[in-house]
Amino acid sequence: MSESINPRVSLFVTCLADLMRPSVAFASIRLLEQAGCIVDVPLQQTCCGQPGYNSGEYEATIPIARQTIELFEHAEYVVAPSGSCAGMICHHYPKLLDGEWRERALALAEKTFELTSFLVDVVKLESAPAVSTDLPPITYHDSCAGLREMGVKDQPRQLLKTLCDVEINEMQQSDVCCGFGGTFCAKMPDISEKMVDDKLRNAGNSGATLLTGGDLGCLLNIAGRARRQGLELEVRHVAEILSGDLYSPAIGEGD
Amino acid sequence: MEQHSQHFKENAARALADASAVAQRDILALFTPLMREAAVSEFGDFAALRDHVKKMRQHTLDNLDYYLARFELEATNNGNRIHYAETAEDMNSIVLDICQQHGARKVAKGKSMVTEETGLNDFLQRGGMEVLETDLGEYIVQQAGETPSHIVGPALHKTQQQIREQFLENHDLGERDLESIGDLVGEARTVLRDHFLEADVGIIGSNALIAENGYSMLVTNEGNGDLCANLPSVLIICTTLDRVLPRAEDATAIQRLLVRSATGQPQTCYTSFYSGPRRAQDADGPLETHIVLLDGQRTDILASDYSEMLRCIRCGSCLNHCPIFAATGGHSYGWVYPGPMGSVLTPLLTSLEASEALPNACTSCGRCEEVCPSAIPLPDMLRDLRHEQSVQKITPASWRNGLRLHAWIATRPRLYQALTGIGISLMHRLGGKKGGFSKLPLASGWTSKRDFPAPQGETFMRQYRRRSQSNER
Repeated sequence: MSESINPRVSLFVTCLADLMRPSVAFASIRLLEQAGCIVDVPLQQTCCGQPGYNSGEYEATIPIARQTIELFEHAEYVVAPSGSCAGMICHHYPKLLDGEWRERALALAEKTFELTSFLVDVVKLESAPAVSTDLPPITYHDSCAGLREMGVKDQPRQLLKTLCDVEINEMQQSDVCCGFGGTFCAKMPDISEKMVDDKLRNAGNSGATLLTGGDLGCLLNIAGRARRQGLELEVRHVAEILSGDLYSPAIGEGD
Repeated sequence: MEQHSQHFKENAARALADASAVAQRDILALFTPLMREAAVSEFGDFAALRDHVKKMRQHTLDNLDYYLARFELEATNNGNRIHYAETAEDMNSIVLDICQQHGARKVAKGKSMVTEETGLNDFLQRGGMEVLETDLGEYIVQQAGETPSHIVGPALHKTQQQIREQFLENHDLGERDLESIGDLVGEARTVLRDHFLEADVGIIGSNALIAENGYSMLVTNEGNGDLCANLPSVLIICTTLDRVLPRAEDATAIQRLLVRSATGQPQTCYTSFYSGPRRAQDADGPLETHIVLLDGQRTDILASDYSEMLRCIRCGSCLNHCPIFAATGGHSYGWVYPGPMGSVLTPLLTSLEASEALPNACTSCGRCEEVCPSAIPLPDMLRDLRHEQSVQKITPASWRNGLRLHAWIATRPRLYQALTGIGISLMHRLGGKKGGFSKLPLASGWTSKRDFPAPQGETFMRQYRRRSQSNER
């Protein structure tokens, strides 16, 4: 933990939380504040640029990366409720940019974290106001970028244990891609369908009725497919569960 | 080999419609990673070995001319004849010439992906040779008139029952059960044994060429490579020039990584080093040995941004860990090399146009890079190929323009937030009650397979701005 008593965190909301599920961003703010952080939300933020970048539109993504760097580089910490957006900032901005911009990207990468890894590894959040005690059986999907780029594996599980007193019903192949892949799921729907069906089957076999994870892209994909198949699987972002927000409709559920 | 990569999506849809083949691939996708994981975790410091091999491979590639010259010198001193082939056609012609010079009729062949790449079997058969694959998987695939579906396990797409039926139909050996795997292997061995003894020429591949002593290393589990190499009077080793390594201990370092990564074994049943033709004091061995080194655009790759791809040791681990390979199977990729390594190599060795779908057959999940024994940044390379496709306008214009428009708006925060504020509120009003959309304009790729969850309500930015403003008041 840094010397300052109250770490100052700038929240990178992520475009999916901004547009699709603001409760994830509000939950993140609550969790960070419970951990003693002073949270601000830079108002000019939009998107980290992954849609274009992952499709190879490098030139179009460079201005987005520069905009994000300018907006966040003076923060003490930057935290995103998404492993893939944090990974974009930490690992891909430096690849995308050259010269002075690359140096600035590397400096930003140093202080940018995925939410659960920040809460566990940096501010060491170990307790919080008791949240729901009767969670349904729950399973965790390890989103690829969070797992492999940001080293997020034990942190969300540890938080669910310490904050919610819940053990994960681990599913088989929890670390295998759900088939989202950004534009992949729209470019290759048949293959994506097979992958998300495998995920749903593994989740179902775990005995869980609630699936959580740290990346809204995956969760929207999994929830959207579950709805289409008529499966009774609740899907929520881990920040929502950790902050006790379990009563609003789950992803893809009607109001 | 003829290329069908342009039909990847159709090939994949067909592959996904075959339920029993899907089930077989699901089992492989579950177990092959577990086998690798067990072998790697028992090894000790696998990461350190991987890092060492990565550096050693990169050093060799950076000094390829030096090590090739050294290999040529040492191998020639051992009595080998070295041939350089610039193109696939050159390699095929060199091999056929050697066969014809010896009046050969029969060729026994060990497993070699390079010769799949050049289409050597067809070429030799057109030149009047009888060519028999002797690796069990390759034998099965050749007999079925198919191509390998996996670079390590060529017949992994076939079930035991399918192989049984194939053998009963193709081998004229009378009434028999062939109920067990042992029976099938035994029968293949019997059929192949005669062929080994009758073959005039043996052809094998190589896992490493050792510059300091001119040896060629081959890793197999069946010993068929040794029979191809030692029984016929002429041996031809077909490989590519990027296989060269400085020292014998570098080859064994690769072997330790390769085998664990490929099959999860600590060691293959056979690891052989071929020095050259039979010497006066030797009891057996070929009388004449040739090493044909194919460039096949490897030097172009070496000079390109994709040079790290030449570190690939063909273990197949990226295939075993790729969920897209697991879903589609190897044949869907439509050429020699499938999976992540194939999706990089195929565009480089054929063309970006003909392989359009392959760099897109990736969710950037990163599992391939995580397990790659040569630490090749496969997801980065696939994304770089997508970038090249965009630059060359191979990517459909609708995608390019849509993504560029998104980026353009995203760099104008006020416009972005105004547009998303209106759009998201509208979407919530239309879909919030039901929870999602089963059809949505501009998102048919998404909604063809899944509902599009409705936004929760207003955008976060709108809500947050309003709260901040009321707090200020």
